[in-house]
Amino acid sequence: MSPAEGDLADRPVAGATLRVTVDRDACCGAGNCVRTAPEVFDQDDADGLVLLRRAEPPPGSVDAVHRAVELCPSGAIRVT
Amino acid sequence: MTRAVEAELPLWPPVNLARGPFALLDESERDRYVGPVTRVRLPTGHAAWLVTRHADVRQLLRHPGFSSDLTRPGFPLLRPLPPQAPEDVKGSFIRMDGAEHARLRRMLTAEFMIKNVRRIEPLIRQTVDESLTDLAAAGPPADLVSTFALPLPSMVICHLLGVPYADHDFFQSRSRALLDQQTSPEVLRTAVQELRDYIRGLIGAKRAHPDGSEDLLSRLIAERVEPGELDVDELVGMALLLLIAGHETTANMIGLSVLLLTRHPGQFTILRDEPDRAAGVVEELLRYLSIVRTGLFRAATEDAEIGGQLIRAGEGAIVLISLANRDAAVFDDGDDFDPYRQAHQHVAFGFGVHQCIGQPLARAELRIALVELARRFPDLRVAAAPQELRTRDNSIVFGLDALPVTW
Ligand code: HEM
Ligand code: SF4
Repeated sequence: MSPAEGDLADRPVAGATLRVTVDRDACCGAGNCVRTAPEVFDQDDADGLVLLRRAEPPPGSVDAVHRAVELCPSGAIRVT
Repeated sequence: MTRAVEAELPLWPPVNLARGPFALLDESERDRYVGPVTRVRLPTGHAAWLVTRHADVRQLLRHPGFSSDLTRPGFPLLRPLPPQAPEDVKGSFIRMDGAEHARLRRMLTAEFMIKNVRRIEPLIRQTVDESLTDLAAAGPPADLVSTFALPLPSMVICHLLGVPYADHDFFQSRSRALLDQQTSPEVLRTAVQELRDYIRGLIGAKRAHPDGSEDLLSRLIAERVEPGELDVDELVGMALLLLIAGHETTANMIGLSVLLLTRHPGQFTILRDEPDRAAGVVEELLRYLSIVRTGLFRAATEDAEIGGQLIRAGEGAIVLISLANRDAAVFDDGDDFDPYRQAHQHVAFGFGVHQCIGQPLARAELRIALVELARRFPDLRVAAAPQELRTRDNSIVFGLDALPVTW
């Protein structure tokens, strides 16, 4: 993590940065994440498994990312 | 629990033709089955746990201690298993677990992902247009199921797989038998073997004359079978699974959706007047109709606590996605159909690693089919009294046998 990101994470502001990680081994490629937050998630052309477009979604996508975590059938998405 | 006590348990699934196509259970059935986790008796005489709450359904379907393999001890069977040769079940990954399941599913996930389905939307649109022209020519009145609801998904999946649609009478009659819980073990076995022989024949012909076709079977042959990654019998099972799951489900959704939407003036025309809402209406239809009504079947392979109930290794569980989709904890007034509802939390496609692989295709087919139907037949009405409509209560996939319509 860069120092700038560390600063942000330490600051208790509403809408502070969210960090998304995905577990491609757990993913079953059902694509709920892509349907819910296409600006953050993608699926690999070769195997259909999840890919991250950006690990730090813009503030406008935070709700959608939380929804994607909720809808992911295999629990492959984590946010911190 | 002793066998005598088990005989007193309520029978699942209940047979009750008086309920109509939209009520899942009547009052007295609700008392018997809505648990959160209750013990039921199956037609095979075995007992199983019925799981009905949204949170419990999600927890169970994501739990690694529940198996989809029919041959596991305690697997909740609605009908006796026919004697099966190992090659009768090869490739059918819907009934596999863990790495075995993932290996085959992953050969197909990219195929059905949203961006690839978007690419085949023109094909879906064209197929919808042609089937609607057939519907217009057939009536009024005409049967919506046989002229539109069934041919559309069937033609689309045949086209994608590279299976000749001309053979649809053959594979539709056999897949009906596979899905019917009353089918005897002997008939079931014959139907499975005939279907497998048919697909094996198609694969053989494609291998003998590779012509660079772009259909899914041809590509899987070239990319997986020829290099030795995939057995022919595995490909047979995968193709069969896609063929059956790919048309029976969407077809039944279209029939029931039209029956529901034409009941209330205004709901059908939302699709025509506000096509942007169509995707949301389709989600609510999936939730409310939940056509996989007898439930999803699993065997516990380790002790697990679900909804406060200990389910022991070797016991069966039946996961009722249909009741979960009406759970008041998640959906206000869940027994009401509300085309403006946010229904995205529904589990009509299942949950966990077996969640429907064809859902982007099913969603696109439903949306395009219903919007175009509302555009071209704005005055569409059902031309039969409710009691005349025959529902498929014995099928794993609920639906209507026929839907006479006029316009
Ligand atoms: C509205 C239509 C559909 C509904 C309601 C539906 C429902 C379901 C459900 C509930 C499951 C989970 C089964 C389980 O967990 O045991 C499933 C799995 C599956 N569906 Fe669908 N489905 C639909 C359309 C389709 C289509 C169009 C296809 C064809 C591509 C398809 C192919 C499959 C396959 C292959 C599986 C097995 C996935 C696995 O085990 O990993 N389905 N479907
Ligand atoms: S929703 Fe989950 S399982 Fe589905 S593609 Fe996204 S990460 Fe994978």
